[in-house]
Amino acid sequence: MEYHKPGSFEEATELANKNAGIIRFLAGGTDVLVQLRSDIITPDVLIDMKYINGVKDIIENDDEWQIGVAVSGAEMSEHEKLAQEWPGIIEAMDLIGSTQVQGRATLAGNLCNGSPAADSVPSLIAAAAQVSITGPKGVRKINVEDVPIGPGKTSLKKGEVLSAIHLPKRTNNQGDAYLRFIPRTEMDIAVVGCAVSLEIKNEIIIKARVSLGAVAPTALLLENAAEKIIGSKLENKALEHLAEEASKACNPINDKRGTIEFRTHVAGVLAKRTAKIAYDRARENK
Amino acid sequence: MALDNQKNREFKIVGTRPDRPDGLDKVTGRAKFGADAYATGMLHAAILRSPHAHAKIIRISTEKAEKLPGVKAIVTREDFSKKVTGENWNVLENVMAGDTALYDGHAIAAVAATSSLIARDALKLMEVEYEILPHVTDVDKAMGKSAPVIRAGASDKSVPEGLHPNVVRYHESGHGDLSAGFEAADLVIEDTFKTEATHQGYIEPHACLAQLGGDGKGELWCCTQGHFHVQKTCAALLDIETSALRVTASEIGGGFGGKTAIFIEPVALALSRKTNRPVKLVMNRSEVFRATGPTSSTSMDIKIGMKKDGTITAGSGVFRLQGGAFPGAPMEFTAMCAFAPYNLENVKQIGYDVLSNRPKQAAYRAPGSPMAAFAVESIIDELCNRLELDPIEVRLKNASREGTKASFGPKWDRIGLVECLEAAKQHPHYSAPLKKGQGRGVSSGFWFNHGGETAVTLALSEDGTAALSVGTPDIGGSRASMCQMAAEELGISYDKVRTTIADTATLGYNEVSHGSRVTYASGLATIKAARDAVKKLCARAAKKWNIDEEAVIWEDGFAKPSGPNAGDFEPIPLAKLTKSMGRTGGPIVGHFEATPEGAGVSFATHIVDAEVDQETGRAHVVRYTVVQDAGKAIHPSYVEGQYQGGAAQGIGWALNEEYIYGEDGRLQNTGFLDYRIPVASDLPMIDTVIIEVANPGHPYGVRGVGETSICPPLAAIANAVSNAAGVRLKELPMSPVRILEAIKNKT
Ligand SMILES: Cc1cc2nc3c(=O)[nH]c(=O)nc-3n(C[C@H](O)[C@H](O)[C@H](O)COP(=O)(O)OP(=O)(O)OC[C@H]3O[C@@H](n4cnc5c(N)ncnc54)[C@H](O)[C@@H]3O)c2cc1C
Repeated sequence: MEYHKPGSFEEATELANKNAGIIRFLAGGTDVLVQLRSDIITPDVLIDMKYINGVKDIIENDDEWQIGVAVSGAEMSEHEKLAQEWPGIIEAMDLIGSTQVQGRATLAGNLCNGSPAADSVPSLIAAAAQVSITGPKGVRKINVEDVPIGPGKTSLKKGEVLSAIHLPKRTNNQGDAYLRFIPRTEMDIAVVGCAVSLEIKNEIIIKARVSLGAVAPTALLLENAAEKIIGSKLENKALEHLAEEASKACNPINDKRGTIEFRTHVAGVLAKRTAKIAYDRARENK
Repeated sequence: MALDNQKNREFKIVGTRPDRPDGLDKVTGRAKFGADAYATGMLHAAILRSPHAHAKIIRISTEKAEKLPGVKAIVTREDFSKKVTGENWNVLENVMAGDTALYDGHAIAAVAATSSLIARDALKLMEVEYEILPHVTDVDKAMGKSAPVIRAGASDKSVPEGLHPNVVRYHESGHGDLSAGFEAADLVIEDTFKTEATHQGYIEPHACLAQLGGDGKGELWCCTQGHFHVQKTCAALLDIETSALRVTASEIGGGFGGKTAIFIEPVALALSRKTNRPVKLVMNRSEVFRATGPTSSTSMDIKIGMKKDGTITAGSGVFRLQGGAFPGAPMEFTAMCAFAPYNLENVKQIGYDVLSNRPKQAAYRAPGSPMAAFAVESIIDELCNRLELDPIEVRLKNASREGTKASFGPKWDRIGLVECLEAAKQHPHYSAPLKKGQGRGVSSGFWFNHGGETAVTLALSEDGTAALSVGTPDIGGSRASMCQMAAEELGISYDKVRTTIADTATLGYNEVSHGSRVTYASGLATIKAARDAVKKLCARAAKKWNIDEEAVIWEDGFAKPSGPNAGDFEPIPLAKLTKSMGRTGGPIVGHFEATPEGAGVSFATHIVDAEVDQETGRAHVVRYTVVQDAGKAIHPSYVEGQYQGGAAQGIGWALNEEYIYGEDGRLQNTGFLDYRIPVASDLPMIDTVIIEVANPGHPYGVRGVGETSICPPLAAIANAVSNAAGVRLKELPMSPVRILEAIKNKT
């Protein structure tokens, strides 16, 4: 196994491009090292991303937040302004693992590991987040929902690496939230995850994005479900329609963590509960 | 060995709560657990395991692995004794497969190498040719006509004719006339219950360091609940003499019964013999799940009749347990514990021990009993609901008491069930109002407890301190209790006694730390050994005073003349007698060796409040109270710890823990991520009430407490959840998926 410590994304790209075999990037390592130790994936080349300039920074620009690819969950939670603007993303990130895991786990790793149940991914999709990808042909920017393409698979091509995560800046009257269903109270994998981000005007929802995790091969952006609450004050009827659409969008599997029926039903329940929290946050956020 | 007749004895140390003697070592990391041993020239071992649930082993090719630099030896079944029979044969068959892999994770071969990474790489180079056979993992299917025969001819004589060969043992007990009993009832309920296998979930994986020379002499360090048992079994499996192998028990990171079984020690010894080097073998968590003993899974039919006034007129139960591919599922315990809390005129229980393609079940706290309570107490709860009766009143009305006939035959000695029920009834928890969405459940539970072979030595030192050697590994704070009992008898302070878990070369045979026997049996032996030492101390004083030995008594750490007739002498303290012992007759050592048989049974009653999310089926325990008879609590904090531990493990078992097998017969959740033991935030504070109804079979009245605490939880939680959900849950675990399904099917 080879281990590399590139000093720039260009160098990382070059290493990834020229090497054959199984390549893994090392951010927090909470997926990579666990998979390695349990003989699930033994990489031939490990490219450590933590020594590239700026990867540990959270930068606030006029129109966006830029989050480095080695920023840990704990660092995000402790960033007061970010936590205030995007409570849904922070609470999703904060659900990952334990205090120890929080000190290492990153958004980039959570997204690129490609798990359909990754907690932060629905919250990023609901937030309309984007990512920068650096590759042999330069840098491109895509929506988060276009990164995962199946369990353990992303749309990143050979030699491409994630180089930043971009979140829109928050205006007033907006709120987001994330809820997941697990059988225990913590240290578990989402059986269903749901994120909602919305904006209101005079108590009426004028924009909304709804995303579900763990109910399909990738996290889903539910445009139909969002439409059911746009124009509403989140009355019971709107909530019921939201739940229905959320359940309808599910394409889950039966596995040790839940059945198709269960996941489909709980997706609707969570959609309602999450939307209510996001709505309340938007109302408080004047 | 009966209860002391020391009226109004006031204990000075027993019943207090001193710090545990092993506490500092544990919190500073100084304590040495199984994997903490190292030896010069040590090799590391790894085990190759079957990926199939059931397969013939056609050929094992090790050539490639042997050529890997660093690999020193490979062993297979060929490297073990060919002479073993009976249960030893079963153990060997489980430790290393013979011609058939019997379950996913069954050991096929093992390798020793200069590093554990090399050993793991070597496993990948071994090639095994299998012929896959049909498999079965479900207990009901394993008894069915079309089930594959796992081992022909394994059934013993107890099995009635006409049953599938996978049924290897059969049990029947009870008395009275069932049909007359059911006839007399106002309401009869009959139903089927199922529980999935659960693992003890101890935090420390199995680990050992073995050395075995060509001369047949060996040393073994391992984490176990019973090193004498390990010694005896390993000697048989390796065909060496028992006394030639010295076994030392490490500190133990949990056992709960699961470390009474043997998995890796014979393998490490065989590799050591082959390489002439020390060999260390440490399991990973996935191996622990796949290849060490979980509980049995069960399928149970229960029928109970009740009168309108709450009198139970009859009860019957059929208990089917699979215990993996080996005989030994504890179905007779399940059967015998099922109705034990009830004084029934008409009762019958039947048990089946069934083979399946799963790992060999091992003991887990009161093996077999919790499942029985789940089934029986669920029906009692349902009867109470439908007849609108108070569940504790009904349990009191029908309670087993001293002199009543137990459901499995004998007459009860003095027992504390009624006291537990009365205390539960009066506990503020029982009358506290419930919030919307919550339900309350109660259950009783029973365990036999056990005595067993026991030997201890208590050596006095010149400075007046005492070194107590016991042979029962400390799995729950027992060293503290032993120090307390020895100090109480000797009349010295708690910290003047040091208790050591002695190795197999130091003491006579000690049965494993199981059956909640340690504080009872090793405790009794400690008291007797201390009294033996006291007798010797008194003799020294008598010699000095030149009076009869009988004329000397021992009081608060002093030898004293027994009365005015004995003479007027200044009392001599222990430390003074020991200071001169070299000159007055030599070292003073107290002994006790016996198989005490007066382990008092123990009953408990638990009260549980649970909350159910009607939309997602998620259940959460919000309040929990344990009431249990301890006979006499030597160290109340560790008694409470056992009570809370039983409840905590019960919550896991009831709500989320389960062995999940795929269609292919492979275990799907071989880690703590998907084998969901409760995390701290899943548990409420667990309230405890210690009842003390003295056990007539122990000098202080001690009853074992470690196992009874896990008997009522499954039922008490199921009753609480069922009452909260508004529908009876009949299958464990009560995962959100199951609860939601039950709620949906309610109407
Ligand atoms: C105990 C425990 C509990 C956990 N609980 C949860 C949970 O509750 N919810 C949850 O969603 N996850 C959980 N996880 C999984 C894991 O912690 C998260 O997925 C985490 O966010 C991964 O981040 P990381 O930085 O550690 O990723 P790493 O392990 O470093 O990398 C993960 C993947 O991302 C790729 N990668 C990393 N950086 C880049 C990059 N810049 N460009 C391209 N690819 C990249 C790597 O090649 C690898 O495939 C848990 C893990 C553990 C060990």
